[in-house]
Amino acid sequence: MSSVLELNDVSIQFGGLRAVGGLTFSIQPGELVGLIGPNGAGKTTVFNLITGVYQPTSGSIKFGGVSVPGHKPHQITKLGIARTFQNIRLFSSLSVFDNVRTAKMMHLRHGIAHSLFRGPAFLDEEAMIENEVFDLLDIFDLGKEASTPCKSLCYGDQRRLEIVRALATKPKLLLLDEPAAGMNPTEKEELMHLIQFIKDKFQISVLLVEHDMKVVMGICQRIAVLEYGVKIAEGTPAEIQNNPKVIAAYLGTEDGKGPLDA
Amino acid sequence: MQLLLKYRTQAFLLLALLVSFVVSQASDNIDGYVLQIMLVAGINIILAVSLNLVNGHTGQFSLGHAGFMGVGAYMSAAVSVEMGPSILGLLGGPSTLSHGVTFVIALLVGGLCAAVCGWMVGVPSLRLRGDYLAIVTLGFNEIIRVVFQNTSSSGPFGGALGMRGIPDYSTFFWVFGIAAICIYVVASMVNSTYGRGFLAVRDDEVASESMGVNTVRYKVVAFVLGAFFAGLAGGLYAHLFGAIDPKGFGFLKSVDIIIMVILGGMGSTLGVVVAAIGLTTLNEQLRDAEKFRMIVFSILLIVMMIVRPQGLLPVTFEKKRRKSA
Repeated sequence: MSSVLELNDVSIQFGGLRAVGGLTFSIQPGELVGLIGPNGAGKTTVFNLITGVYQPTSGSIKFGGVSVPGHKPHQITKLGIARTFQNIRLFSSLSVFDNVRTAKMMHLRHGIAHSLFRGPAFLDEEAMIENEVFDLLDIFDLGKEASTPCKSLCYGDQRRLEIVRALATKPKLLLLDEPAAGMNPTEKEELMHLIQFIKDKFQISVLLVEHDMKVVMGICQRIAVLEYGVKIAEGTPAEIQNNPKVIAAYLGTEDGKGPLDA
Repeated sequence: MQLLLKYRTQAFLLLALLVSFVVSQASDNIDGYVLQIMLVAGINIILAVSLNLVNGHTGQFSLGHAGFMGVGAYMSAAVSVEMGPSILGLLGGPSTLSHGVTFVIALLVGGLCAAVCGWMVGVPSLRLRGDYLAIVTLGFNEIIRVVFQNTSSSGPFGGALGMRGIPDYSTFFWVFGIAAICIYVVASMVNSTYGRGFLAVRDDEVASESMGVNTVRYKVVAFVLGAFFAGLAGGLYAHLFGAIDPKGFGFLKSVDIIIMVILGGMGSTLGVVVAAIGLTTLNEQLRDAEKFRMIVFSILLIVMMIVRPQGLLPVTFEKKRRKSA
C-alpha cells in the first residue's frame, strides 16, 4: 500500500535554529496518526511544511507521489490537503454558510465571467454548491445555524465549523492543529467521536497535533513524538506510553538531565 | 414571471439603463445646476463603488484611487481631442451616433489605461499589507499627478495648465448607465461563490490560502477592476467639465472617495452609493463656506466613528435556508 503522505529526511533551518531536523515519517490511507511533543518541539512547523507555508531546507515531502515543496498553499489544498488552525481562523465577518461556501470555491468550473453574466450554468452551479454546503452542515448539525455570523457561535461549534470548512475542500488528508485546545472534558469527549466519525465517513487520513494525552491516546492508531525538532519515538499508543525517551522528554530524568544531555 | 425572478439582477441593470436613457432624453427640462450636481454624484458613485471593491470587500487599503481616475481622464480626453475629428470623419461626419462611438472609444481607452496602471501598481505592491500598501498607493497617486504636471505645456496634456476644450459628451445616460454597470459588476461578482473569495481575503489571508483561495489573484483582480472603473469615472469627469488639470486628481480627491466608502460602510454597496450622493450634495451646500468644507467632513467622520463605526448601511447577513429538493 502506498503512503498518502511521505516525509523523507525533512529539515528546516531558521537562521541558527534547526526547527525540524531529519524527520522521516509517513501516513497510510485511512490512518489516524498523532503528532505529539513538548511545547516548541516543532509540531506546528511540520504542519506548515506540509501545507507549503514554509519550504524545507532539505529533504522531500511527497503527497500521493507529488512533491509538495514549491507549491503555493492554495495549490496544495487543491492537491487534497486541508488543515485547521491552532487558534481558530474562521472568516469572521461571514456567516456559517459562507465560511463553508468559500472552501467550495476551488471546485468551481466557472470563474469570474460567469459570476458577471449570471446565466443558467452559473445558477445551476450555485444551487449545486448550496446543496453540497447544506449537506455538509447537516451532517455536523450546523444546518440551522447557516445564516448565523460565525463569530456568534459558541467556542466548540466554531472549532467544529473550522473542521467542516476544511472538509468542504474534499481533502484526502486532514491536518488538525490542536483541536481540543480550550475545550472542557465533555467537549473533548465529543471531539474524539467527531474525529473518529470523520475518518470513517469521509474515508480520509488524519494527522492530529494535540497536547491532550487522553484524546491522542484514545483515538490515534500510531503516534510520532517530536522533541527539539527530532523524532524520538514512533509507535502505537501503548508503546509510546512506556517509551523511556518519551517519558524523559515530558517529565525529565531522575538525574535531572534531559534526553539530549546524555 | 418566474424567468424575471430568476434573472432579476440582469433585469435591474436593464431597468437602470432604460431609466437613465429616458431621463437623459428629458434632461433639457432639468435645471442646469441641479443636473450638474446629479452628474457629479453619478461619477462619485462609480468612484466610491469601485474603491469599495478594493478597500471594503477585499480589505486592501488603497489611497490612490484619484490617480487611476486621473489616468482615465487624461487618456480619454487625449483620445477625443486628438483623435476625435478623424474618428468622426471615418464615421461620416458628426452625428449622435458617431459622437457616441467616439466617446465609447475614448472611455474604454481611459479605463484600460487605468486598469494597466492598476495592474502595474498592484502586482508588486500587493505583497505589502495595511499601512505599507496605503503608502505605496499614495505614492502612485502623487507620481501620476506630478507626471501630468510636468508634461510640456504645448503638448497634448498641457502641463500644469491641464487640458481644455474637451467635448462635453457626458450626459445623464452615460454617467448613470456606467454607474449602473459598475454597481452591477461589483455587486454580482461579490455575491457569488467566486466572489466570497474577496471577503475571505479580507478576513484572513492565511486561512484563505489554506482553503484553496489564490489570494494574490483576487487582490490583483480587485485592483485592476477598481482601477478600470476609476478610469471610466475619470473619462466621464473630463467630458463633463470640458477641462481638467493635474491638481484635480491629487491626494485630497482620493481622500474624498475614501470618506464616502467609510461613511457608507466598508463592503456595503448600497451604503456607499447613498454616501456618495449625500456627500456630493453636502459638498455643494458648503460651496459658500469652502474653507470649512474639510473641517465639516472631518467632524462628520469622527462622529461617525464614534456613533456608527460600521458605516451608514452595514453589511447584513443573507438569510440562507435549504431549498426543498
